[in-house]
Amino acid sequence: MLSYIASYLVMASIYGIIALALNFQWGFSGLMNFGIGASYMLGAYSAALLSSAPTAEHLGGFGVPFPLDLVGAAIIPGFIAFLIGFPALKLKGGPFAIATLAIHEIIYLIVHNEMWLTNGVWGIRDISRPLYSQMPQQYDFFYLLIAGGMLIGFYFFFQKAVRSPWGRVIRGIKVDEDMALMSGKYAWSYKMQSFVLGSAIAGIAGGLFVHYTGFVSPTNFTPLMATFIVWLMVMVGGSGNNRGVLVGTFFVWGVWTGSEFLTDFFPGSMETRAGFMRMFLMGIILLIVIITRPQGIFGKEKIIPKYLRSE
Amino acid sequence: MLLEIEKANKRFGGIQAVRDCSFGVEKGSITGLIGPNGAGKTTLFNLVTGFHPLDSGRVYFKGEDITELPPNEIFHKGLFRTFQIVRGYEDMTVLESLLIMPTQQLGENFWNIWTKGSKIEEQEKKFTKKAIEVLEFFEMADRKEELARNLPGGEKKLLDLGRMMMADPELVLLDEPGAGVPPSLQQKVNNYIKRISDDKNVTFFVVEHDMNVIMNLCDPIIVVVEGTNLTSGSPEEIKSNQEVIEAYLGEEERV
Repeated sequence: MLSYIASYLVMASIYGIIALALNFQWGFSGLMNFGIGASYMLGAYSAALLSSAPTAEHLGGFGVPFPLDLVGAAIIPGFIAFLIGFPALKLKGGPFAIATLAIHEIIYLIVHNEMWLTNGVWGIRDISRPLYSQMPQQYDFFYLLIAGGMLIGFYFFFQKAVRSPWGRVIRGIKVDEDMALMSGKYAWSYKMQSFVLGSAIAGIAGGLFVHYTGFVSPTNFTPLMATFIVWLMVMVGGSGNNRGVLVGTFFVWGVWTGSEFLTDFFPGSMETRAGFMRMFLMGIILLIVIITRPQGIFGKEKIIPKYLRSE
Repeated sequence: MLLEIEKANKRFGGIQAVRDCSFGVEKGSITGLIGPNGAGKTTLFNLVTGFHPLDSGRVYFKGEDITELPPNEIFHKGLFRTFQIVRGYEDMTVLESLLIMPTQQLGENFWNIWTKGSKIEEQEKKFTKKAIEVLEFFEMADRKEELARNLPGGEKKLLDLGRMMMADPELVLLDEPGAGVPPSLQQKVNNYIKRISDDKNVTFFVVEHDMNVIMNLCDPIIVVVEGTNLTSGSPEEIKSNQEVIEAYLGEEERV
């Protein structure tokens, strides 16, 4: 049971990092990125391929060890976001969301079909699990230190970033881009920075994921598991509020993993259907939040400059 | 002339919004721009500040051609504008919406946040002090932690002016300073505009639909009708100009 809780916390921490990244893009910068899952996926595959031993099944043999390959897991999705940003950031709001959703689908199909690169649906096996041989029994607890530590680190990273003058400009652009332009801020550059930064950090979460499971395949990155559930975490917690998003993440991931238990109680023929009921449950949570508390549990945070208090 | 517009033309689909429009704004003046609804006043502002490209014509600011520049670069030349509907950082506190304004902020660079913390803090303290002074000028110091959206209409206009004072521009384009302001407060807003114009040597260029607001604020006044400049002159001249009266009455007849 304890190790079950640890494994829940590890996955929640990984999702927490993606949710923080998405919250930065959407909650603070106003970029409706429906392609966050693509960055997560790219990060996961980057780490898997960079760290894998030479094999005929897919690209590999670069021999970049953990945690150095996490740098690659950040740079590759970040750079791809940079390229995507040129056409996509010409759009705003809904059209931007549709564009990123389409890009998510394209990247998913590439990973799914390019056998030489990713081994397609068979996925990548035997990804190194750092120090696994030393403690196979307590591995979940050990990995929780890594993933949880990174989550806490990124939480403080984003808290500092959004409160800085840089974050202030980003938040200003979200509220009113014309106004920000007329305040001399080069809005496009800030939106690009936000898009790249969020995508890179979602990529790091992907890297953490593959080193935890030791295996990765496209099925880990369905629209539900890579994008929709992250959006749900952000919306439940309250977009524009990092603390709220962490609570939203642990809540949503708790419901998702907890409902897996419930499906065990169903008789055999019902069990497969119960899987779909879990997805249905996620949709219901989204509806409840949108109808009863559209700002999320915590709502938007009112940021007061710290220099004001010292006076 | 601080600002000069030369034969500006702008067409939106089938509508010629601005037609061969030419005029100038004198340094140190509070110049008004009036015209009936749909005369192209706000379009002219958008052309000057780079939000819409011109079809033809040129815009000069301090003798420099700014026709092709985007809004953020025009701002850095010393030209600021407000918007008709008070927008501007509604989700931010009053103080933050002022702190966003200063140029040359070290902390606006992502890397500097992590490497130049103490210098940024120094700058922030300096700007915060300035922002509090600006709020005190407008007698709004107690509002500093309020969200900008919660301010009443008149104070939102004052916040607009406050943002302007944080940036120290040479020319300010005010888009309808009377919109959304209760008449009782309008005189107060006008007085602030006049004071800033005198004390800080800021030139104002004001678009306004409401004749009363503009008559006791601006001199000279430029009249635009159907996208082109009809005439210009002092408030008295404009009031007694037959063409102007017809343009306004004509509009009322259509309504």
